[in-house]
Amino acid sequence: MTAYYQKEIETASREEILKIQNEKIRKQVKHVYENVPYYRNLMEEKGVTPDDIQSVDDIKKLPFLSKADLREAYPDGLLAVDLKDCVRIHSTSGTTGKRVVAFYTQHDIDLWEECCARAIVAAGGSEEDVLQVCYGYGLFTGGAGLDGGSHKVGCLTLPMSSGNTDRQIQFMMDLGATIICCTPSYAAFIGETLAEKGYKPEDNKLKAGIFGAEPWTEEMRQNIQNSLGIKAYDIYGLTETSGPGVAFECEAQSGMHINEDHFYAEVIDPDTGEVLPEGSKGELVFTALDKEAFPLLRYRTRDICVLSREKCPCGRTHVKMSKPMGRSDDMLIIRGVNVFPSQIETVLLNEGYTPNYQIEIGRKNNTDTLDIYVEADPSKISDKIADIQDMEASLASAMRTMLGIGPKIHLVPPKTITRSEGKAVRVIDNRKLHD
Amino acid sequence: MAITQLSVFLENKPGKLYEVVKRISEAGINLRAMTIAEVRDFGILRIIVSDAKKAMEVLEDDHIITTTEVVSAVMEDKAGALYDILQALESANVNIEYMYAYTGEVTGSANVVFRVDDIEGAEAQLREAGVQVL
Repeated sequence: MTAYYQKEIETASREEILKIQNEKIRKQVKHVYENVPYYRNLMEEKGVTPDDIQSVDDIKKLPFLSKADLREAYPDGLLAVDLKDCVRIHSTSGTTGKRVVAFYTQHDIDLWEECCARAIVAAGGSEEDVLQVCYGYGLFTGGAGLDGGSHKVGCLTLPMSSGNTDRQIQFMMDLGATIICCTPSYAAFIGETLAEKGYKPEDNKLKAGIFGAEPWTEEMRQNIQNSLGIKAYDIYGLTETSGPGVAFECEAQSGMHINEDHFYAEVIDPDTGEVLPEGSKGELVFTALDKEAFPLLRYRTRDICVLSREKCPCGRTHVKMSKPMGRSDDMLIIRGVNVFPSQIETVLLNEGYTPNYQIEIGRKNNTDTLDIYVEADPSKISDKIADIQDMEASLASAMRTMLGIGPKIHLVPPKTITRSEGKAVRVIDNRKLHD
Repeated sequence: MAITQLSVFLENKPGKLYEVVKRISEAGINLRAMTIAEVRDFGILRIIVSDAKKAMEVLEDDHIITTTEVVSAVMEDKAGALYDILQALESANVNIEYMYAYTGEVTGSANVVFRVDDIEGAEAQLREAGVQVL
């Protein structure tokens, strides 16, 4: 029998959910209008007042927020409460310019953790379980979100954070972890490492995994399920909306239920901004219905997906989103970290290189690889191998500081980066992430 | 008098060396000596040619190419010849970054090329030790 963390709301009728959403949006728009001058200006430019928003149908009248707005309002221009009412921040990886700082009141933390708790229960979790969190703790939302959700459900929580695979495996085996939360590529890596150590899938006590923060395919799901002997569930979220748990998969493993009592989802045409009819493929836009500190309205995620209201066998009534099928911008997700090609360009210019480069992304042993080919300035190249290796190492280190992940740098002669029709091909992604 | 060595940065890919040698050959330049130092992804082709200036011209447009002054000493084809030369450099406290040798113009001798940190000091010391420097 299906278990729920908050059965009443998770299985509420469409009418009940709409009623909750309509009440919340009226209050939320007023809250934002009165407390966030940045958004009030956007509303005034569009000639929209809080009175114009009476139900979720009116949300389409509101202006969009994009990553560019978040950059402009950095660090606290979208904060809607006094700092003294905030209890925590989280932040995305990336440069100062691209970094997003999200603020949380205790209410915001509670609703986020509840969303994660729903995901854990949907994956079969209960107070009987031992839940191993190998998402990073700290500024990243992954660790904190699942950790908080795990506490709400009452699981024994193993706050492992990321990395140190031998230690992960030792705790997993010795403490009998039953649910594991991490990126899908790390789950696959743990599976391989277990096999290398001679463990069979049935040797561990894991029954389920909750995996997110990066794109993954059905093929990877099968691979992880087989190597760990578990059911693998997808989870979705972004720092801008709170973190993981905005949407989560249930036992049907066919799309993620969006927590509609907290987040209102739209799918738009990324070019025109027009709202598309349900079932269309387009860019996902979220409105936080009851977050207090960082309540983004109509935030453009840049993730392309499809929403579905088909009846779900699990009994949950909240709309389901497909796995993201791509991006409407040039953001890349590499080892779970968001990378923009413009960041790579910035580093090259700072380090005295021309911005002639090519990024090649692959996946080796279930871990993303990032190779950056850079056209070198002949006048700076020495006849000594060690000098060139030093140049590569120093550029790799500057990239690591900016991107949060370390690439392999390859210096190449000028004019050797492939150009098609005069335009350089900047990104080659060999991972085949989307089915 | 030091001689000029050309160092060509080559990606470790098929055809890269061939392309450089083809250009030099087509320009009628004689390739006197060559050596390749390689790591995983790239190599540095170090060459001594009959006309360094002309070789630069045919290569520099699409290659990373640098010129380096190196010391070239004549070494007899007999036991202990290199030892004598290195002893001279050792006494001058000259550091050798790398070296290679090629067949000399006179039968029974070879030319040894040294990339050093102190060209003048190295050459003076070699001459003093009775070594012929090119």
